[in-house]
Amino acid sequence: MPNAERSPQVALFVTCLVDMFRPEIGFASISLLQQAGCSVEVPERQTCCGQPAFNSGDRASTQDIARQTIEAFDGYEYVVGPSGSCIGMLHHYPELFEATDPWHARAQDLKARAFEISSFLVDVLQFRGIQSEFDGQISYHDSCAGLRELGIKTQPRALLSQVVGLQLSEMDESETCCGFGGTFCVKYPDISNRMVENKTANTAASGAGTLVGGDLGCLLNMAGKLKRQGHEIQTRHLVEILAGTCDLAAIGESEARKPTRATASPYDLAKQL
Amino acid sequence: MQITSPAFKQNARIALKDASLQKALGNLKAGFPVKRAQAVARLPEFDALRDEARDLKNHILENLDIYLEQFENKVVQQGGQVHWCRSSDDACKTILDICKQVDAKTVTKGKSMVSEEINLNDYLEKNGVTPVETDLGEYILQLRGDHPSHIIAPAIHLNLEDVSEAFHQHHHRPKSDDPAVLMREAREVLREQFVAADVGITGANFLVAETGSTLIVTNEGNGDLTQTLPKTHIVVTSIEKVVPTLEDMTLFLRLLARSATGQEFTVYNTLSSGPRRESDQDGPENFHVVLIDNGRSDMLGGELQDMLRCIRCSACMNHCPVYGAVGGHSYGWVYPGPMGSVLTPQMVGIDKAALLPNASTFCGKCESVCPVRIPLPKLMRHWREREFEQHLSPRAVRYGIGGWAFFAKRPRLYRLLSQASNLALRLLGGKKGLIHRLPLGAGWTDGRDMPAPSGKTFMQQWQAKQQAQQKQQQSPQEQQS
Ligand code: SF4
Repeated sequence: MPNAERSPQVALFVTCLVDMFRPEIGFASISLLQQAGCSVEVPERQTCCGQPAFNSGDRASTQDIARQTIEAFDGYEYVVGPSGSCIGMLHHYPELFEATDPWHARAQDLKARAFEISSFLVDVLQFRGIQSEFDGQISYHDSCAGLRELGIKTQPRALLSQVVGLQLSEMDESETCCGFGGTFCVKYPDISNRMVENKTANTAASGAGTLVGGDLGCLLNMAGKLKRQGHEIQTRHLVEILAGTCDLAAIGESEARKPTRATASPYDLAKQL
Repeated sequence: MQITSPAFKQNARIALKDASLQKALGNLKAGFPVKRAQAVARLPEFDALRDEARDLKNHILENLDIYLEQFENKVVQQGGQVHWCRSSDDACKTILDICKQVDAKTVTKGKSMVSEEINLNDYLEKNGVTPVETDLGEYILQLRGDHPSHIIAPAIHLNLEDVSEAFHQHHHRPKSDDPAVLMREAREVLREQFVAADVGITGANFLVAETGSTLIVTNEGNGDLTQTLPKTHIVVTSIEKVVPTLEDMTLFLRLLARSATGQEFTVYNTLSSGPRRESDQDGPENFHVVLIDNGRSDMLGGELQDMLRCIRCSACMNHCPVYGAVGGHSYGWVYPGPMGSVLTPQMVGIDKAALLPNASTFCGKCESVCPVRIPLPKLMRHWREREFEQHLSPRAVRYGIGGWAFFAKRPRLYRLLSQASNLALRLLGGKKGLIHRLPLGAGWTDGRDMPAPSGKTFMQQWQAKQQAQQKQQQSPQEQQS
C-alpha cells in the first residue's frame, strides 16, 4: 500500500500502439491515475517494449530494446501502462539476461515496479473512486497476456462495476484469444481471421452494444473485423469507459455517436419510470 | 508418414474451408475442454497435484538413467527383455526381428503414438507383416489409409458419416448411422483378428521402475486383448515415460484422465509385468519392451528438457484456438497442436518445421491447462530464436524486425518514424477513419478493416499540451489580457 501522505509517482508507459493509433487511451490513463491521487509523468525516452523482436526470435535486438526501456523508466516509483501485453513484456525482461549480468537486477527492479493500469488501480492503490457514467451494455474481452501472464480478470470488472448505468454482459469464451497475436495476424491471416470471426460472433451474441478490452492490439483487430462485417457494435479501451471519455469517437469510427445498445435493458425501464 | 509441416499454411487454408472437418472440430471444442473444466472443479487440489507432478517429473528427468536401469533390471528379472533403440530405424528393425523370430504374419496393435512416430505400420507391411489396429479410432484410420489428427482421439477429424462409409466399403455390410451398430460391427471383425494375431504391440503410458511394469490406459479395453491373447507382447515406448513407483504412477493417472477427457479415471488401466508366470491364467509367453530415444536424450539438460515432462494428455491441443481452427493434420506430422509445435522441430528438424512454433499467438491457454506445467509458449519461442539465429526466418521478417528495432533503440528517430507512419495511416483512413486496403498489409486488410489513427501521436499531443501549459504559467498576464 503506498504511503497515504504522499502521492504515488507514476511514469506512464504509453505503448507504441496507443501512441500511434489512439492517443485518447493515453490521456484517459493519465486522467484516471490523477483521479487516484498519482502524479504522472511521461518519460520521453520510451519507445516500444520490444515484443515484436522477442516473439520473432531476435533475442539480441530484444535485449537492446530492454536496456533502453529500463533506462527510460529508471528512478520512477511505478511504471503503469494501458496494456497487459506490453507490461507483461516488461515482466519478461529478467529472463533476457543471465543472473550475473547487472542488467538482470535492473530488469527485476523494473518488473517489480511495472503494472497494467487496472491492476495498479485495484491491487496497488485499492482505488474505488471511479466517476463515470455509461448508458448501455458492454461485453469484456480478456486479452491473453493480461489474463494469463498478469492474472488480470477481476480488476477491470471491479472498476467497471463502479460506472453508473453500465451493464456487463459477459460473452461466451471471453478468455479465448481474438487472433491478433502481434505479427501472427499478418503471418497467418487465414487462421487469425477465423479466430477473430469467433470473437465477433460471441460479442454479437452477448447482446452488448460496446466491446471493451484492455489491449489496443486486440481492440484494433476486433474493431476492424466488426467494421468489415458491418456490425453496429462499438469498440473501446477500458480506460475510456472508466475515465468517461466516451463522447469521443470509438475505435475505427471518425465521429462520436451515442453508444449503441442492442437490447433494451432493465436500466432503461427504471429510468423511464 | 510423409512430413507436410513445410506446407502448414496451405494445409491450414484447405482445412479452414473443409466444412466436414470444421464440423468435427466444433464437436471437439464443445467436448473435451468443457469436461476437463468440470472435472477440475470437482478436485480442489488439482493445481497442487500439478505442482507435485511437475516436480516429480523434473526429479525423474534428473535421474533418468537410474530409473531406466532399475526398470530394465526388473523386466529382465521377470523374464522379459528390454531393447534400447536410438532411432526410429533401430526400433523398427528390432520389432521386425522379434516378429520374425516367432514367424509372425499378423500383429494386433493397441493405440500408440510412438509407433506412429517411428512409422511402424509402413515398415511392417513392407516387410511382410500385417499390422491390425484395434483401437476403434485407429482402426477406422487404417481402413481409410489415414493418420491420427489428435494424440488421444485419433479420428477426431471424422464425422459419423465418414466412419459409416469406411465400414461399408471394407466390411461389405449395409450402412448404418447408429454408433452402437458400427461399434458392434467393428468388434465382430476385430475379434477374429485378436485371436489370429501372432504378436500384440501396445504402447505404454508409464513405465514403473520399482516393479518393471508397463501401463496402458484405454477406454475400450482393446489394449488388454492385444497384450494377453498373442504369444508375444511388444511394448513400444519412449524413455521419458518411466516413473519411480506405483504410487507415483497414480498421481499421473489422476492428472491424465482429468486433463484428457475430464474422466476421474480412464476405464481400463492395465499393467503388464513380464511374460506369463505359471500361476497366471493367461498372458504372453514372450515380453519385450522397445525403449526409444529418437532425439529425446538430446533434450536433457537443455532448454527443451521441460518438454520431456509431457504425459500426452492432449489438453494443450484441445484448448488451442489454432488447433481448433485448422485441426491436427495441418501440422503435417505425428504430434499436432502446441506440444507438437515444440516436439516436431526437434524430431524432424527446425528447417522443415519452423512454421509450427510460429503458428501461435502465444495466448498461453496451453500452458494454463498443461497438467505438468510445461511452458509451451516459452519453448515455441526457443524454436523461433533458433530459426532466427540460423537465418531460416523469412527475409521480410528479418529485415522488418531489424529495421524496426533500429528505431526502437533510438527514441528520437523512433518519434519521427511513428509520426510519419501515423500521418500516412491517417491519410489512408480518410474521413471515415477506417482503412479498407493497406498497401503491404493485405494480411490484415483482406479479412478486416484497419482503424486509422484518431489524431496525431500521443507524444505529439502530449508535448503540445505541456508547452501550452508552460506558456500559460510563464506569462499569466498576457494570457489574461
Ligand atoms: S504438453 Fe502438457 S497439455 Fe500438452 S499433451 Fe503434454 S502434458 Fe498434456
